[in-house]
Amino acid sequence: MSPLPPTDTPHPADPPDRPQPRSLTDLFVSFTLLALQGFGGVLAVVQRELVEKKRWMTREEFIEDWAVAQIMPGPNVVNLSMMIGARAFGLKGAMVAVAGMLLVPLVLVLLLALLYARFADHPGVAGALRGMGAVAAGLIAATGIKLSGALASNVLGLRLCAALGALCFVAIALLRWPLGYVLLGLGGTACVLAYRRLKPGRKP
Amino acid sequence: MTEPLVLVFTLQDWLALFLHYLMLSLLAIGGAISTAPDMHRFLVEQQHWLTDAQFNASIAIAQAAPGPNVLFIALLGWNVGLNAGGMWTGLLGVLLSLAGILIPSTVLTYTAAQWGQRNRQLRGVRAFKQGMAPIVVALLLATAWILASAGGASTKDWPMWGLTLASALVVWRTKLHLLWLLGAGALLGWHGWI
Repeated sequence: MSPLPPTDTPHPADPPDRPQPRSLTDLFVSFTLLALQGFGGVLAVVQRELVEKKRWMTREEFIEDWAVAQIMPGPNVVNLSMMIGARAFGLKGAMVAVAGMLLVPLVLVLLLALLYARFADHPGVAGALRGMGAVAAGLIAATGIKLSGALASNVLGLRLCAALGALCFVAIALLRWPLGYVLLGLGGTACVLAYRRLKPGRKP
Repeated sequence: MTEPLVLVFTLQDWLALFLHYLMLSLLAIGGAISTAPDMHRFLVEQQHWLTDAQFNASIAIAQAAPGPNVLFIALLGWNVGLNAGGMWTGLLGVLLSLAGILIPSTVLTYTAAQWGQRNRQLRGVRAFKQGMAPIVVALLLATAWILASAGGASTKDWPMWGLTLASALVVWRTKLHLLWLLGAGALLGWHGWI
């Protein structure tokens, strides 16, 4: 199942003609624009812009980085931005990407806090927030659906991926188990299974 | 609005704020929002630096504003600072809380990511990436589910679920700009149609 035209090669170690951020300024501006579009979550925007439009990274790389961003402590989207920035320009890139993600939105959120007291009681405001929340949920679902296409080339095979994914969904969405246990238990199992299927020292 | 808090902040208090955030940074697995319950315990119940209303408003505003939701932490710091004086202490609160929540976790993640990048041919690293992929995809779908059900899970909330489903389909199948969808959602909500 690949709902998109192929945006990537199956195993892109270092594709030579990959588009890259042109400069630190480009990186900063790009991340600021990403953040400013991210109402109710920046992740869907990052996937749409950086994977589908700018093609700075492939679906597979996005999933890999997002896995690390999730499993490490700290704000996920900040971790993700830092890793993408670091790929392009090392430590400098990491700091510029995080600054881009945070600086302008920070100013905006402080301004909003100053305004909030005056408009919080308007019923339209609460309704609009509800509506945007529902759309934001849809954006994240679509991001998941699109990324699932990358599982076709996974060493675990589609059937096992589907089973692990279903268990994870039930545990988090329906049973509301703490993320740490699920990552440790299910994620650990998945990694062990993948390890056993990979040949040592060769590309999968 | 409850009665405003007026605080007198000493150097030790600022340090306590900073240190608490440094510690929470390393516990923030699964995103900054997962530390919200502990922040409430610390800022509102234990230290009495914020009112309940200020705490809830900080989270609501950060969710409504564009940008990463970690900014709710900046707003909490801002409000603590405002209670302790005014604009300048507010900015100090923003600076200390953001630096506290970001520095430990980003240093750790940067180091781990660099190590992973250098050792990407290792069987263990490749197994991690391959094994985590289905989990990551499922987590996205689970996050969407949790966000959607925050709007309400009873049958009268079906328009909310319908809107979520419709926007997922549109994003999946078309190249329509995401802001149009968010705007449509805001408009529908403003007029009380969902």
